[in-house]
Amino acid sequence: MIFVTIGTQISFDRFIEAIDEIAGLIDEPIIVQGIKGGYQTKNVKTVDFLNPDEFNKLMEGARLIVGHAGMGTVLSALKYEKPIIIFPRIASLREHRNDHQMVTAMRMNELGYVHVAYDKKQLKALILNNDLKPLKKLNQDASNNMINFIINSLNKN
Amino acid sequence: MGNKVKLLAVASIGGHWVQLLRIVSPDNAEISVTYLSTHPKCAIMVEGQKFYAITDFSRWNFYKLIPTFFKALKIIQKERPNIVVSTGAAPGLVVLLAAKLLGKKTVWIDSIANVQHLSLSGNIASRFVTRTFTQWESLKTHKILYAGNVLEQ
Repeated sequence: MIFVTIGTQISFDRFIEAIDEIAGLIDEPIIVQGIKGGYQTKNVKTVDFLNPDEFNKLMEGARLIVGHAGMGTVLSALKYEKPIIIFPRIASLREHRNDHQMVTAMRMNELGYVHVAYDKKQLKALILNNDLKPLKKLNQDASNNMINFIINSLNKN
Repeated sequence: MGNKVKLLAVASIGGHWVQLLRIVSPDNAEISVTYLSTHPKCAIMVEGQKFYAITDFSRWNFYKLIPTFFKALKIIQKERPNIVVSTGAAPGLVVLLAAKLLGKKTVWIDSIANVQHLSLSGNIASRFVTRTFTQWESLKTHKILYAGNVLEQ
């Protein structure tokens, strides 16, 4: 199963349309979480909102995660050790307020955490590659180092 | 129990909330945490911990910050945290402002999504909070601190 997510804030038609088209080419089930824009999907059903536990269950059960370049999506996929492809939103197409997703995608890719598709062709090639592996692993349970450091720094004055 | 540091940890649903839970873990027995988020269903992820939901808003419906601000004042007065920490977004900023007015120590941790510069909310927060953190060492300055990030820790 492929789990596709675009977060809960803004629709993302260019991406959903590409996913819908690719869904027509493969047999693998695709579950899409995304608030609706103007585009009507033909090959996949979408749900607008998932509770955090439903979201995590789908993450856990998926072979592959495909999403916008939101950090919730990236961190969750890494936590469940799933390969993830991200498709950044572009501000000039009014897909977000600014181009931070593009920058995030480039940096996460450089650091070796995610696969990135910048257009439909790249997205299709990556999804059709059945051999995609998770890249870097994340600690299952993050340490308390950061919060301890922060609390200690506050106690010093 | 009585000597534990009391934290109020605040984030909007989505990436901000996922980052908050990686930094302030609900399994951390050394601190006592109350969580605050913008969707009641976020409570599922911090089962057994105190949780409140506040109204979400963004720059498009800014007037909603008023009820959020008053609710935050109430929650802080009731829970009496020593420290209030937020990973964003705008609602977290409003809760930190309420905390500041009530004399609490306040911490803003900017989202790891802000790779090139601090977020707008982070910039505003840095003017009044006790500590501001970035998750990218390259953005560290004398005023903006760095204590690691949610990917590496």
